[in-house]
Amino acid sequence: MRAAPAPPRLQVPAVFRGSDLLPQIEKALSGERLSFEDGVRLFESEDVNALGWLANAVRERMHGNVAYYLKNRHINYTNICKYDCMFCSFYRKEGEEGAWLWSVDQVLEHVAPFKGQGLKEFHIVGGVHPTLPFSYYTDMLRALKREHPDVAIKAFTAIEIAYLAELTGKPLREVLTELRAAGLDMVPGGGAEVFADRVRYKVCRDKADADRWFDVHETAHSLGIPTNATMLYGHIETTEERVDHILRLRDLQDRTQGLKSYIPLAYHPDFNRLAKLGAPSGLDALRNVAVGRLLLDNVPHIKAYWIMLGVKVAQLALSWGADDIDGTVTWERIYHMAGAQTPEGLTEERLIEVIREAGREPQERDAFYNPVGAS
Amino acid sequence: MAKLLDRAYEKAATHERLDYDEGVALLVEGDTHVLSALAHRRRMVLHPEPVVTYIVERNINYTNACITYCRFCAFYRRPGDKEAYVLSHEQIGKKIEELLEVGGIQILLQGGHHPDLPLTWYEEMLRYIKARYPVNVHGFSAPEIEHISNVEGMPVETVISRLRDAGLGTIPGAGGEMLVDRVRGIIAPLKTTTASWLDVHRTAHRLGMRTTATMMFGHAETLPERIEHLERVRQLQDETRGFTAFIPWTFQPENTAMWRYPKLESHQYLRTTAVSRLYLDNVENLQASWVTQGARVAEISLRAGVNDMGSTMLEENVVSAAGTTYALDGPGIERSIRMCGFEPRRRNVYYEEVLA
Repeated sequence: MRAAPAPPRLQVPAVFRGSDLLPQIEKALSGERLSFEDGVRLFESEDVNALGWLANAVRERMHGNVAYYLKNRHINYTNICKYDCMFCSFYRKEGEEGAWLWSVDQVLEHVAPFKGQGLKEFHIVGGVHPTLPFSYYTDMLRALKREHPDVAIKAFTAIEIAYLAELTGKPLREVLTELRAAGLDMVPGGGAEVFADRVRYKVCRDKADADRWFDVHETAHSLGIPTNATMLYGHIETTEERVDHILRLRDLQDRTQGLKSYIPLAYHPDFNRLAKLGAPSGLDALRNVAVGRLLLDNVPHIKAYWIMLGVKVAQLALSWGADDIDGTVTWERIYHMAGAQTPEGLTEERLIEVIREAGREPQERDAFYNPVGAS
Repeated sequence: MAKLLDRAYEKAATHERLDYDEGVALLVEGDTHVLSALAHRRRMVLHPEPVVTYIVERNINYTNACITYCRFCAFYRRPGDKEAYVLSHEQIGKKIEELLEVGGIQILLQGGHHPDLPLTWYEEMLRYIKARYPVNVHGFSAPEIEHISNVEGMPVETVISRLRDAGLGTIPGAGGEMLVDRVRGIIAPLKTTTASWLDVHRTAHRLGMRTTATMMFGHAETLPERIEHLERVRQLQDETRGFTAFIPWTFQPENTAMWRYPKLESHQYLRTTAVSRLYLDNVENLQASWVTQGARVAEISLRAGVNDMGSTMLEENVVSAAGTTYALDGPGIERSIRMCGFEPRRRNVYYEEVLA
C-alpha cells in the first residue's frame, strides 16, 4: 500500500504569527516531536489561544471533526481504602460512617437495570480494601461477564492491581492473566496522579510508586490488555513535573503502543486535606488538554472527562485537543464526594447536543474506541 | 465567503469597524481560537493594564409578581399567586445592610411588572434607600420603566426623571434579550419592543444617566440575529455614548415555558463573547457571565475579550430559578482573576477604581 500523500501544510493565522509559541507551532505542524523544553514553554506561555489553536489543528489532523462518546456505567464497589491520599475525598476506613462495600450480588443488582440498553463499558474502580480476598475481584468480573457478555470491563487502577499482586504474592503478569481470564478487558488510567517522587511523597506516599504504576501498565500491554493514563494536576506539582509525567507516558507508549487515551484530571478541592489549595482554573484545564495532545503524539485519544471538568469546560476542550468526552456514566462517587457540581449522568441525547454545539460530529464508540454503528 | 472572513479577520486585527456581513462571517465561520485571540488583543488595546475589574453588589428583587409572562422566565409569579411577593422597605433595608457589611457599594434593584404599584411606590422605595444607605441604585430595566409609564399613562422621560430625582443612579440592560422583533414575538410577546427598549436607554442617556446593554442568546434567534442585536446597540452607542458595558449571556431553559430549547453550554458563549468584543468597538467594557457560565468558563473568557467579572450578586433569584446555580464571592472572583494572570480591582458602576 502506498503511503497517503502528506496533508497540505496548515497556514498559521496572522494573529498567531507573532506568538512566543511560534517555534513549537512550526515543529508540531511539521510533525516533529516536541521536547521537554517545548512542553514547559507550552504550559507557561501567556498565549493560550495560540496553544489552543495548535492543539486543535493537531487534533483535527488526527480525528477530523469527530468527537467520541460512549454508553458506560461506573461501578465504585467500595470506598474503603487502606491508603490516605491527601487529595482524596472518597475514601473511608472500615467501620467509619459513610463507608460501603458491595457484595458481588449488590454489584449485579446495581447494573441490572441497564441490561439490554446497549451499554459498551463498565468502569470499575474502588478503594484499596484491606481485607477482601483476590477471589472477590475475580468473582465480580466473572459474574458481570456472565450477566452482561456484551459489555467491556475496564477495571481496577494500577494501584488496585499492584495491591492484588502484593496480596496474593504473585507476579503482576499472573495476576493480570487471572483477571483477564475472569473477564477484565481493559485497565483504566487512574492512580497515576503525578509521577514525580517529590509529589507522591507529599500527597500519596503509601501507595504504589511511579515505577510500579508503569510495571502494571507495561505488563498489561505485553498481555495485549489496553490501558488508559491520567494525570491529576492542579495541586502541588510544578510545570516541570507535569511535563516529566507526560513524557514518561510517551516513552511507555513508544515501547508498547498500549495506551488508548490520556485523561488529564483536575484536582477537586472539597472535603479533603488539600482543600485550601482551591480548584485549578478553567484555563489550566484547557492548557492540560492541549499540552497532552501536543506532547503525546503517539497516544491516539485525549479525553475531556466531563464528570470532572464540568460539561462546559469539557465541551470547550473538544476544540483544545480532546476528541473524546467520555460517556453517560450514571452514579459517580469519587469526584462528587470532592464537590464536583456536575450531574452524575448525562443522557445520550444530551451528550450528542453538547458535542454538536461544539461544531463536532458525535460518534458513539466502544471501550476500545471502535466506532459503534459504522459498517 | 472565505474572502469575507479574511477581510473580517484583517479588519478585526487592525481595529477597523466591522460591518454586519463581516460580523456574521466571524460568528458563523470564524475559528474559535482566532476569534478569542483577536478579541483579547482588542481588549488589551482598550484596557492595556493587566487588570480585571469587578463590583461588590447585591441583587434585590423587590417583587416577583408580573403580568408579562415571558416564556423564557422561571422567576415570575402571577399577581395573587401564593408565591408572589413584594418586599417591604425594612426587608430591602436589611438586605442592603448585609451588603454594606461585606464592603458593597451598589444594589441591582429589579422586579416583575406588578400591575398595581404606582410610580410613587417606586419613588418611596428609592427615597427610603437613599436616605439611609450610601449605595448606588443600579435599578429597574427598560421594560419595567415602560411598564410604569403604562400604569401611570405618563411619558417614559417623566418616569425616568422622577425615578432619578428619587435616587435611581443607573439603569441595567436587562430586558434586552434579543433586540430583534421576530425573536421577541416568540419569546416575550407582551414585553417591550426593540424600538421601545432602545428608546428607554436613549432617553436615559439624554438625561445624563449611564446604562448597560445585555444580550440573552441561545433560544429562538439565528446567528445573524445576534449580530443584528449588536448592530442596534452599536448604533445607539454612536448616538449617545451612554452604555458603560455589554453583557452577553446564555438562556437557561429549565423551569421555563421554553424548556424544550436545548441549553447552550459554552462553545457558543465563548465565540459570541469574542465577536461582541470585536463588533462593539464603541462600548468600553465587556462582562463575563459567571452566573450562567460558572467560574471556570468566566476565567477562560478573560482571554476572549472580557475585561470585567461583573458583580458578587450575593443573592441571585432569576437565573437560579431556571436551574443554574453558581456562587462566587469577592475572594472567589479575585482568585479567579489572579489565576488567569490579571490583577483584580474593585470598581463602581462607572468603572472607576474603588478601594476595598
